[in-house]
Amino acid sequence: MDARITLHVDGDERPLTLDTRVTLLDALRDRLSVTAPKKGCDHGQCGACTVLLDGRRTLSCLTFAVAQDGAEVVTAAGLASYDGEPHPVQRAFLENDALQCGYCTPGQICSAIGMLAEAASGHPSHATPELADAGGRDGPGGGPGAPGGPDGARRTTAPVVLDDAEIRERMSGNLCRCGAYVNILAALRDHGATGVTA
Amino acid sequence: MTAGTRPLAIGAALPRVDGPEKVTGSARYAYEQPPPGHPYGEPVYVHPLQADIARGRVDAIDTERANAVEGVLAVLTHRSAARLADTGDRELAVLQSDRVAFRGQFIGAVLADTPETARHAAALVSVDYAQEPHDTELLADHPGLYAPEHVNPSFETDTDEGDVDKAMAAAMVKVDRTYTTPMEHNNPMEPHTTVAVWHTSDDEAPDDEASAGSVAGASPEAPVRLTLYASTQGAHSVRKTLAPMFGLVPDQLRVVSPHVGGGFGSKGMPHAHDVLAALCARAVPGRIVKLAVTRQQMFSLTGHRTPTIQRVRLGADVAGRLDAVAHEVVERTSTVKEFAEQTACGTRMMYAAPHRRTTHRLAALDVPVPSWMRAPGEAPGIFALEVAMDELAEAAGLDPIELRVRNDPSADPETGKPWSGRHLVRCLAEGARHFGWQHRNPAPGARREGDELVGLGVAASTYPYYAPQGSRARVRYDGEGHWNVAIGAADIGTGSRTVLTQIAADALECPAASVTVELGDTRLPMATVAGGSAGTAAWGATVVAAAHAFRAAHGERPQPGAEAHGGAEAHPDTKRFAVHSFGAQFAEVRVDADTGEIRVPRLLGVFSVGRIINPVTARSQFIGGMTMGLSMALHEHSVLDHRTGHVVNHDFAGYHIATHADALGIEAHWLDEDDPHTNPMGARGIGEIGIVGCPAAIVNAVHNATGLRVRDLPITPDKLLH
Ligand code: FES
Ligand code: FES
Repeated sequence: MDARITLHVDGDERPLTLDTRVTLLDALRDRLSVTAPKKGCDHGQCGACTVLLDGRRTLSCLTFAVAQDGAEVVTAAGLASYDGEPHPVQRAFLENDALQCGYCTPGQICSAIGMLAEAASGHPSHATPELADAGGRDGPGGGPGAPGGPDGARRTTAPVVLDDAEIRERMSGNLCRCGAYVNILAALRDHGATGVTA
Repeated sequence: MTAGTRPLAIGAALPRVDGPEKVTGSARYAYEQPPPGHPYGEPVYVHPLQADIARGRVDAIDTERANAVEGVLAVLTHRSAARLADTGDRELAVLQSDRVAFRGQFIGAVLADTPETARHAAALVSVDYAQEPHDTELLADHPGLYAPEHVNPSFETDTDEGDVDKAMAAAMVKVDRTYTTPMEHNNPMEPHTTVAVWHTSDDEAPDDEASAGSVAGASPEAPVRLTLYASTQGAHSVRKTLAPMFGLVPDQLRVVSPHVGGGFGSKGMPHAHDVLAALCARAVPGRIVKLAVTRQQMFSLTGHRTPTIQRVRLGADVAGRLDAVAHEVVERTSTVKEFAEQTACGTRMMYAAPHRRTTHRLAALDVPVPSWMRAPGEAPGIFALEVAMDELAEAAGLDPIELRVRNDPSADPETGKPWSGRHLVRCLAEGARHFGWQHRNPAPGARREGDELVGLGVAASTYPYYAPQGSRARVRYDGEGHWNVAIGAADIGTGSRTVLTQIAADALECPAASVTVELGDTRLPMATVAGGSAGTAAWGATVVAAAHAFRAAHGERPQPGAEAHGGAEAHPDTKRFAVHSFGAQFAEVRVDADTGEIRVPRLLGVFSVGRIINPVTARSQFIGGMTMGLSMALHEHSVLDHRTGHVVNHDFAGYHIATHADALGIEAHWLDEDDPHTNPMGARGIGEIGIVGCPAAIVNAVHNATGLRVRDLPITPDKLLH
């Protein structure tokens, strides 16, 4: 079965007709040739496909495109400013060599931007002390749909201070087989300190 | 290298030259090829069919329902696929017979106009098998054990000197233990993908004009041509292997692979999916065919590390001086292709003793084809040896570093040749200082902080120097101070594009910013595979030779468009010296006394690898290798269900690799050196040594923390609960 939808991808309006079985990731890659989001597993287990969907980090392999009609999708290709300057998180990745093969990288960067926004608006993670004290440890946080998402009940009021443990926990949905984690942490640590978010 | 007064590019912290493309996602990996603007129309998508028995024959295969699905273009089986000209390599003899040799083997493929249709139709194919009993279980006393002719790549299978048994009987201090490592999967983040086009006479391959004349001696365009966009560590090796299978001369097959999302050995040679993609393309000439191996399919199709069962015996005098060293390995291969991991080879050169023995025995089982995985041989073998050394230190009442210092040989025990530079003792000493080794309490289980048992461990690391010959490079002056350096090599994340830029800049005596390096295409001069930590050495020496050839031909003031090719000779010293890299790996672990959960707050490595070309990309390689070592120590284990021959945990939910939350403090240091016996850069290679020894350091630290000796990887919490 086919459906007509419109996606707004990296600022462009992209109408398309597609099979309702097509995931958002495949719609972007196969139908729209938007290949910044990568496919590492197609099962929500690696984070390579992470995009910002209406501002929140989302695993695009785990959502059907047809369910996202009208949505605003931002990929790593759409993060640069109008004058072509890379996003500060992209710059921090370059400065800290937070990548090797680069295959997980667009997903890491989108995830990091989403993560910074979540922390700024007080969403707790598994590593957040108040949450731990309240006994609210129900699974690893940080991923989309994790406890404390915009609809979640256990949001803290103040921005969460992103120490190393918070960053590691919140970025653990994005696997990197090259093992760039130490440098990704350094990139985001720099970045967290500047207080810049999306 | 010619050192002028100008600051050298080699040694400078040049940022990764392809970083900007990678952080914006514009670097194109195989599936994303060819770039927009190609003339082939809409692509065709392939979904493979896989055997769900581990041994037998395909009796009947009913494709009627699949063929009837709208959008299906073809269903290939062993009956309908084209015949290959050469089926000698049985891993690659895809769809050439009805035999099934392991579960997950390709038995067919559906081609359709969308991936969804291909996948749906594949589920409609029904297969009847004539099943035969299979055997997938490696046992130390497996009745089928045999001695291979040699072990990877071409080492002696066995070595035997003196009388190990007698020396062991007489030894004052001894260790005789068996260590095991499981089946492991490389799992690069980019799943293996091949995009294939079987060109018809009237279609134009992209870039024909752009590249025309760039290959020395290219023959006129042949009528039949195949292009493969592949995720590979060696475009030229894929071509060399596959061209004859399809009855093509090399110039009729082009392999393109500018960016590769990791490989760790699994992309070091073509695998069955490359052949299947080409067979599918042949069924729909003139169209692009995309075959993306899924993460699950990778567990049976793209290589893995064999499980190992390793008996290590060490016999020493009371001072800890080794008198006997024996390392006897049992591992497995597949029935379709032999791969004999060189697990005990590192032990041959690591420590000296008058009585020494190493052996490798294989069982050929009904399993997928094992192959290279980061530091084949050394990763599992040095794990066993270095845990045994820790056990020996304990038995001798010696500090583990002191034991290694006492047994550091002044020449290679295997060949008697002098070392080109053996600096293991320096690595251990510097590491001990950086790490704070003096704070270790040698008594196991003695340091408890709250609920945690804390321990420190050490292990040595080593990796041999390989410098495969035969690469060629082209240097061209483009005018206005711009240089183009072309070599058909690969950058799988190692930073080769960046370090070759630096090497070329110094050889041409120009700034790094004026050099552009092109890689990853068989239209570029022949290059050896990215493997054996040899890329920088082999390709770097080649680029230097081409730069010198350019200067010899065109002098200091070349005309724009001037070019020259060159290739390097092997460094004569590599015959006279034993050339190996070394390292010292340190680990601190914290073990939860109640749950057995292991955290590794600190890993620290000090490496002796010759000259470091780029400290930024080198550090990433080291910490990346150590992260994989951590992963090997604590997580990685492919679980083969022997009833079905199936890897049951065939995805990232079941096959755990280190995540960000696992990687705490990981530090890499290196000695400032230059190995004059290797190549013009004085470099040895860095891609693999980071993983070697790291799991042993962690096992040894866990022992120091808990008093429990785990000899079976990975160290999961259940192994610490008694
Ligand atoms: S591809 Fe979506 S999480 Fe792996
Ligand atoms: S950079 Fe290669 S997987 Fe992360």
